[in-house]
Amino acid sequence: MASQQPRRRRLEVEDIGDIAVVNFVDKKILDEQNIQMIGDDLFRLVDELGRRKVLLNFGNVEFMSSAALGKLITLHRKLQAVQGKLVLCKIAKDILDVFKITKLDKILTIAADEQSGLQSFA
Amino acid sequence: MGTELTIPSDLAEARRVQELIEGDLSAAAYTEHEVFSIKLALEEALVNAIKHGNQMDPDKRVFVVYSVTPDRFDIRITDEGAGFNPADVPDPTDPDNLERPCGRGLLLMRGFMTEVEYHGRGNVVSMAKVREAAAAE
Repeated sequence: MASQQPRRRRLEVEDIGDIAVVNFVDKKILDEQNIQMIGDDLFRLVDELGRRKVLLNFGNVEFMSSAALGKLITLHRKLQAVQGKLVLCKIAKDILDVFKITKLDKILTIAADEQSGLQSFA
Repeated sequence: MGTELTIPSDLAEARRVQELIEGDLSAAAYTEHEVFSIKLALEEALVNAIKHGNQMDPDKRVFVVYSVTPDRFDIRITDEGAGFNPADVPDPTDPDNLERPCGRGLLLMRGFMTEVEYHGRGNVVSMAKVREAAAAE
């Protein structure tokens, strides 16, 4: 039997005022198991840690498939349900096309960089 | 047409196929944007074939045939599953379907590739990326 993989850190969370700024550790957001764990960590911010303003910084992300999009929508809905807000920022041009083609850019707030992302909570 | 590969229903094997094709595309001087587009479509199509087609069954395989020319990239991916009718996939951009996890893969394949076509019972997909310079001629 293979031993269970040690749980490694997939997100880096920095608090700027009351905003949780989240950076992804991985350059590629792929694989169901990996995405499940990223989702769990993101949902924990809202459900257990009570964060209401979440800024996801995609600056480190080079590749992402459709499998991750469901988690982002769920996070968006969770935050909406508690009068919170989700903002995405610093998305590479090619990955931005993923959001545009799926029309998720109409639902999610997307900022060009972290500074304008932070300002969009004001 | 070109290179033929047969892989088991294993996502790690799908990554190896992607890396191999990425190497061929880079060697043929495809742009970063073109490589991204093809890699994304490949990811979606291979995950569909392994997960939805073959249901991760280790006894079932995925057959890949692809070719890279200076003008275009062509690939055909066949799984051993029951197939599906792409017309039955709900429109993932419909607000009622936003929470659904599936359907976006197909949409992205169509968005990033020039041609996407399903064949037979829906267990075979062919995709092509015609390079912009070639398409403009």
